[in-house]
Amino acid sequence: MQASILNVEKIRKDFPILQRKVREDKPLVYLDNASTSQKPIQVIDAIRNYYLNQNSNIHRAVYALAEEATSSFEATRDKVAKFVNVKNREEIIFTRGTTEAINLVAYAWGRKNVEKDDIIVTTEYEHHSNIVPWQLLTKEKGAKLEYIGIDDNGELILDQLDKYLETGRVKLVTFSQMSNVLGTITDTNKIIAKCKKAGVKTLIDGAQSVPHMQVDIDNMGCDFFTFSAHKMLGPTGVGILWARKEILEEMPPFHGGGDMIREVHKYETTWNDLPYKFEAGTPNIAGVIGFATAIDYLSQLGMLSVREHESQLTKYALEQISKIDKMKIYGPTDISKRGGVISFNYADIHPHDLASIVDEDGVAIRSGHHCAQVLMERLDVAATSRASFYIYNTEQEVDVLIKALNHAKELFKI
Amino acid sequence: MSSADIYREIILDYYRNPRNFGKLENPDIVKRDSNPLCGDELEMHINIKDNKVADVKYTGKGCAISQASASLLTEMMMGKDFDEVKKLSKEDILENLGLTELGPTRLKCALLSLKVLKYGIYSYLIEKLKDTSSADKIKKEASGLF
Repeated sequence: MQASILNVEKIRKDFPILQRKVREDKPLVYLDNASTSQKPIQVIDAIRNYYLNQNSNIHRAVYALAEEATSSFEATRDKVAKFVNVKNREEIIFTRGTTEAINLVAYAWGRKNVEKDDIIVTTEYEHHSNIVPWQLLTKEKGAKLEYIGIDDNGELILDQLDKYLETGRVKLVTFSQMSNVLGTITDTNKIIAKCKKAGVKTLIDGAQSVPHMQVDIDNMGCDFFTFSAHKMLGPTGVGILWARKEILEEMPPFHGGGDMIREVHKYETTWNDLPYKFEAGTPNIAGVIGFATAIDYLSQLGMLSVREHESQLTKYALEQISKIDKMKIYGPTDISKRGGVISFNYADIHPHDLASIVDEDGVAIRSGHHCAQVLMERLDVAATSRASFYIYNTEQEVDVLIKALNHAKELFKI
Repeated sequence: MSSADIYREIILDYYRNPRNFGKLENPDIVKRDSNPLCGDELEMHINIKDNKVADVKYTGKGCAISQASASLLTEMMMGKDFDEVKKLSKEDILENLGLTELGPTRLKCALLSLKVLKYGIYSYLIEKLKDTSSADKIKKEASGLF
């Protein structure tokens, strides 16, 4: 067994939930991190502290509590900007999550800029949140939605992008930086370079990448970037949309309401400055404040170390799982091309049965279509089982999974 | 229920050797439903003759519990009086499958087949028999399953 670059034993002590037992007496082996991560006590305390000591609405009131709350809330914006290397803090917009961030772009930017017969390009390994908003938009506008396919290794066939770009009708290419099912890390630079050359905008869904690897938005050169707090130690209900200032300024608002206005008259309203123009209503203040602590936690570990820990663990898990006869593993075999996500199918055991069986040993894995039914169709399966790792997972936990899979083998007489 | 109690021979046998799997030509009842949480899918075809189930088939994909349940349900229905089939209950299915203490998520897998059957009967009663009185009762039962 290899020692991790992270002090996992120390990290685990920060996560109260990892101390609990499930199914009576089994230690929890949490391997559904691609869905949501667990939260360290520091994040939980930050949220608690806001409600205990600072609870008030932000941006308007002049009293002490509100000043403190506003300052904690806005400090998160700076932290986020620094964490993903964004120069202008006003380009960071708080949303409810990646889904809302993508919908914001589809609604506000898409409705203004996409016309009949235009093309939006996405990929076969997208989450439903990066497919359905574009279906809604293209149907409304009489535009087309096209897909970059994947090869048998679970990687995008980028030649197909060239074909779409040649039409001259592509308005946006939107894709995830890491597949939530296959773990494939997208060749982001190559896609952006192709799109830039063609004068086409790009949106990156970073929900799976930002929690697990170093992301540098400024260097990347995309036009929109989205991610969620809850997959990176933060609370649910907080997400980020980043877009270039010039683009945001040209975009009409998404939601109308408080905080996003400058002046409201009976029939006319002028908009607030960025980023507030896109932040209508009272946001998830406690969540945003908690997110700052999550970013601090990850920054202290260092994202390069996080990535190395997960690569090492994924390599170990891939080796162990592939030893099992009649096991089908999806996605790239080259560890440098995949994140800490492993999807698999075992003999004729349906993923739901498999997840139920391993749950009895305290192992939480995901089963189903993972909100990626287009990909399931491409893989020609109804569902897969998925194990996904994070900073607190260990090789011993992978061994518990393997033992649980053997349990399934016995029950199904494979 | 432990996995050892759930995945006994009867479930595995019906899962791996499905009875009455397939489709009927011109069936009197066709009903399809899915469980969006799991993605279990089921389509049931039934022929009714002289107030009896003359033939029944199903197609679908999903977990062992959902498919075994559908497979077994078709056997339970075959040749039965239509009135008896109308009365089939949640307890009948679970008892026959030997699944008595399922958790809420897996219970949906086990009862998808009955839900499809009940909605199928409902449509048949309304559209073919114009029998609204007993149809409402069936619909209520179906929607109460999950």
